Amino acid sequence: MAFRMGNSSTKCSGSSKNCLATGNKFSVLVVDDDPVVQRIHRVFLNRFGFETQVVGNGKEAVDLYCSGASFHLVLMDMEMPVMDGPEATRELRGMEVSSMIVGMTSRDRDSEKQAFMAAGLDDCRVKPLTADIITSLLHQLNIKYQY
Amino acid sequence: MLGLGADRLRADMNRLLALLFHQGVLDEQFLQLQQLQDETSPNFVSDVVNIYFHESEKLLRNLRGLAQEREFSDYKKMGIHLNQLIGSSSSIGAKRLANICVAFRAASDQNNPTACLRALEILEHEYCYLKNKLHEFFQIEQQRVMAAGVRYPIQS
Repeated sequence: MAFRMGNSSTKCSGSSKNCLATGNKFSVLVVDDDPVVQRIHRVFLNRFGFETQVVGNGKEAVDLYCSGASFHLVLMDMEMPVMDGPEATRELRGMEVSSMIVGMTSRDRDSEKQAFMAAGLDDCRVKPLTADIITSLLHQLNIKYQY
Repeated sequence: MLGLGADRLRADMNRLLALLFHQGVLDEQFLQLQQLQDETSPNFVSDVVNIYFHESEKLLRNLRGLAQEREFSDYKKMGIHLNQLIGSSSSIGAKRLANICVAFRAASDQNNPTACLRALEILEHEYCYLKNKLHEFFQIEQQRVMAAGVRYPIQS
């Protein structure tokens, strides 16, 4: 399956950690309106060898996919202006997007995470993004995209 | 004698960090940010923290404005601001402030204006403490970098 980024000037550090057994580089779309989270997630994910693109709300994510871009992984914030995480996830699944979509939320109540999962997530994690979470996601990606 | 000033300043930084960890102000996430800092992004942590301060002050102003409204009822908006502050605070390792926001959010979920005002005062106090201590940390770091860059003249 071919994956291509949207229009971006993101540079990647090319860490070997991302490649693991498959030797493939994964692309990730960070969907979050918080500038602090955007900056940290971009650098963190780049350090693990991801090709990273960042957008500020769910509509921008949907528009990217509509323009033909696609990503191995989408990290989706829950609350965002214009279009929130659940709505963007429903839109993407309605477009038959098969990317791994993982919710990243500040809410830790099970009921709220379950409601977000019901929108079509593959997984839902509580912020902050950590090295352990990224390692776990890489493991899932390597299983999903075994070539 | 070369480097003793830098070593002393590094010890000061470590002592301050240890204090902040002991007080529960910071957690391991701050260390993970430090590990992302390298020669290609030597000011990464201070840059991120400065963005955090800028965004947090906007959120705190919004929260103060909402909490002081005479007929305040928009608890949903208050919750949205708090969720953003929880997310960004936990992302930089500001554990104690994130926990205070969680307690504030609980008061907001209960639609309790008195508890919300009290929680806001605690939050503002904690934010001032965190900002002062992190400013102190980065000032020492700047001094350490300058001290490490001192070169004694080579005698021919």
